[in-house]
Amino acid sequence: MKSAVVVFPGSNCDRDCAVALERSTGSKPAMVWHAETELPAGLDLIVLPGGFSYGDYLRCGAMAAQSPAMRAVADAAERGVAVVGICNGFQVLCEAGLLPGALLRNAALKYVCKSVALDIVNPNTRFTAGFGERREAVMTVGNGEGNYFADDETLDRMEGEGRVVFRYRDNPNGSSRGVAAIVNPAGNVLGVMPHPDRAFEPELGSADGALLFRSVAASI
Amino acid sequence: MRAKVEVFLKPGVLDVQGKAIEGALQGLGFSGVTGVRVGKTIAFDLDQQDPAAAEAEVKAMCERLLANTVIEGYRVEIA
Repeated sequence: MKSAVVVFPGSNCDRDCAVALERSTGSKPAMVWHAETELPAGLDLIVLPGGFSYGDYLRCGAMAAQSPAMRAVADAAERGVAVVGICNGFQVLCEAGLLPGALLRNAALKYVCKSVALDIVNPNTRFTAGFGERREAVMTVGNGEGNYFADDETLDRMEGEGRVVFRYRDNPNGSSRGVAAIVNPAGNVLGVMPHPDRAFEPELGSADGALLFRSVAASI
Repeated sequence: MRAKVEVFLKPGVLDVQGKAIEGALQGLGFSGVTGVRVGKTIAFDLDQQDPAAAEAEVKAMCERLLANTVIEGYRVEIA
């Protein structure tokens, strides 16, 4: 699998993502600086990492969404390349209009950093097929603005179309209907607030993130 | 021309900062305070000299970057 991690100024999970991808799938990703206008040719997966891109100025992900690399990511997504936005990467995807909704300040106003149990709401996506018969996953959240918001009409539509991928068992940030991860209508762009990159081997408390990356690799 | 843009969360979108400030004000004894909303002001100079054209340009900026219209509303002042 040929993958790339986009690095924005202020990203802080880019190297975690690179290690997680290599350990999970056996192939090392290319690291792409945000100012690049072109991505490496023949990519199967693009990861937008967590962190505080552009210092969270204006809104989380707002500046990163306008960066040259993101125009190339949007083109690649249009062609069907798999895109995974994790935490700040999820915020960037929403700000770029590649996913609906937005991420608000956590309902309890606190930064939340802990392990969370997730329901696998749709086990038939490119990102969850590798979980097999399992309907629960464990990953870690680390966010201050992870409170997913969309209007009821959008939430109803996404639920009807199987686009809610993960839901929190115990909603840590006030997200609408406990949404933790969603996909676009074409099913190739995933926004996920918990970190698969922090759960890729048992020593980290969970290896479920590796299953997510392997699902993408297997879908190619 | 000088532009001033005010951005606020839309009514119905939970403003947790506003709620926290409201609680703190009440804690200080300002008991009559309700409906606190926190927003931001973005001000800048524009070369454009025509007020109507300036307003249209700033509204386009709001739609594309300054506000996230999924969750935020905005108000533009040109002077």
